[in-house]
Amino acid sequence: MTELAETPSAPMPSLATRFEIVPIVLFAAFVAAPLFAMVSGAEGYVLSLLTRVMVFGIAAMALDLILGYGALVSFGHAAFLGLGGYAVGILASHGIEDLLVQIPVALAASAIFALITGAISLRTKGVYFIMITLAFGQMLYFLATSLAAYGGDDGMTLASRSLVAGSSILENDFTFYWVCLLCLLGAYAFSRSVVASRFGRVLRGTKENAIRMEAIGFQPFRYQLAAYVLSGMMAGLAGCLLANQAEFVSPAYMTWQRSGELIFMVVLGGLGSLHGAIIGAAAFLLLEEFLPEILHGLSFFLGEETRAHLAENWKMVFGPLLILIVLFVRGGIMGLLRRPHHG
Amino acid sequence: MNATLLFVQALNGLQFGLILFLIAAGLTLVFGVMDFINLAHGVQYMVGAYLVAAFSAWTGSFGWALLLALPSALAFGLLLEVLVFRHLYDRDHLDQVLATFGVILFLNQGVKFVWGAAPLSVPVPELLSGSVEIASGLLYPVYRLAIIAAGLVVAALLYGLVNHTRVGMLVRAGASNASMVSALGVNIQRLFMIVFGFGAMLAGFAGAMVAPILSVEPGMGDNILILAFVVIVIGGIGSIRGAFLAALLIGLVDTVGRTFAPNLLRLFLDPAAASQTGRAIAPMLIYIFMAAVLFFRPSGLFPVKR
Repeated sequence: MTELAETPSAPMPSLATRFEIVPIVLFAAFVAAPLFAMVSGAEGYVLSLLTRVMVFGIAAMALDLILGYGALVSFGHAAFLGLGGYAVGILASHGIEDLLVQIPVALAASAIFALITGAISLRTKGVYFIMITLAFGQMLYFLATSLAAYGGDDGMTLASRSLVAGSSILENDFTFYWVCLLCLLGAYAFSRSVVASRFGRVLRGTKENAIRMEAIGFQPFRYQLAAYVLSGMMAGLAGCLLANQAEFVSPAYMTWQRSGELIFMVVLGGLGSLHGAIIGAAAFLLLEEFLPEILHGLSFFLGEETRAHLAENWKMVFGPLLILIVLFVRGGIMGLLRRPHHG
Repeated sequence: MNATLLFVQALNGLQFGLILFLIAAGLTLVFGVMDFINLAHGVQYMVGAYLVAAFSAWTGSFGWALLLALPSALAFGLLLEVLVFRHLYDRDHLDQVLATFGVILFLNQGVKFVWGAAPLSVPVPELLSGSVEIASGLLYPVYRLAIIAAGLVVAALLYGLVNHTRVGMLVRAGASNASMVSALGVNIQRLFMIVFGFGAMLAGFAGAMVAPILSVEPGMGDNILILAFVVIVIGGIGSIRGAFLAALLIGLVDTVGRTFAPNLLRLFLDPAAASQTGRAIAPMLIYIFMAAVLFFRPSGLFPVKR
């Protein structure tokens, strides 16, 4: 009873409208970025980095859907990236190079894998759920390493990017960028509507208190499983795009460290806001990309050799940075953006 | 021929399982008593291996290196506890996963920074080198037998410690209900430190023991960590007995499965396809096994009563 009294239903809509500015700015930045890329003189580099950001944005958002809204800590989400990637790679190696075939196959494979593993994983709770999703991720990882026909440990290089309805328009980096942005927008709009729907509300209710949801007549398991499947499919889509971006597929897509990075992206951006996950992915990838240079720049007072050494061992700074963020930046980047409003 | 192969593989599986147990024992206690997910437990195993590599290069003797490495691993574990982990006990599992993930990134790069990226090798101690004939015409390395013996001794010691001493009683009590133990006037913070340091030392010991037979390299703890998690989840979190049985099971399933999955499949498939699918299925076996166990017993084989 006390719990009931403690949680007056928060005025969600007004909160939501107040922060709508963030996703608008975010997507405007993505739209404007190609212009910046053209001016920068390193357009291939900028575009491919930002495309990666968007692809991981989709994957992180997929994870946020179940992590932020359902409190399901999946530690095996990289498996879906791999499923998407291998769907592209395996189909392409058999001559089926059209994205319009590859994506549905990837989505179906992800959905089936999510349905089976989700149905087993969701029987467990808490720590056991984290561990069992991890185990399923590892299972797929080892399966991929043993696929000798498809590159095994080394992975396989794609001959070219996928076709779209028979034409090779994705070879153009700009076109591919726009396709990825379109996918990101689509995934975001879809996730938004899922979260706002009755389904999303039940999911959030389950996160708060599964027993109470059961008591008022819902079956949390079904909602959680459906969310898990949706999330897996979205991550599978990201995998398709990632394979095309890198033009390379390998088991490294599915390492448990990659799953950990996805969780970190979501937490870094801020749980349960969807666009927070995209921001988190961007922050993570940009940090990973530029930390060596930042370190090199910041250590101007040291000798050249030490500076090079520091830049080379940037992970020794990245790790502690991660710990500090967990310890001191509660609520992630979205939490930081939100704080001034509460003033 | 097939029987001797099975015997050798079973010994290898036993040895692997005991190493897994040394790692999983600390992990399951930390997990059970403190409700703390420590992903960095695998790097403590790696640090143990590096310490013994460094000390054996310095002293020229594996025995001395082991004697120096154990207290160093303990001290290192306590240092990590004070610096990082202590601040995470009252956080949710997600934060613990992430922060300890950061520790992994740091230490994997850290050992590269100190010792270089190339794998180090540790010579097998003179006394334990060579092989013995355990059956007619069947040679088995003495050092691997020594690992099995050491693992069994530590398991017995641990059993005595946990079941027949006061600290062990508090640890068991902590695994069932930590806040109750604290309410009864036990300094839970100190208990946490003891458990943590001890777990780190056991992982370090495991790393030190395998250093002569594996290459000591950055990231060597990452995959074994996942296996240790599989072990404690199958065994039931917080249960030493469960960890012991699950570790042996996993060791045997993994080692024997890798050898015999292709052979077994040959009964149903043609040889080429059998060896292909066998190699694909073997590394997945333990995860399938874990999924099956959790399907029927969602909190492991020996759940700690709460």
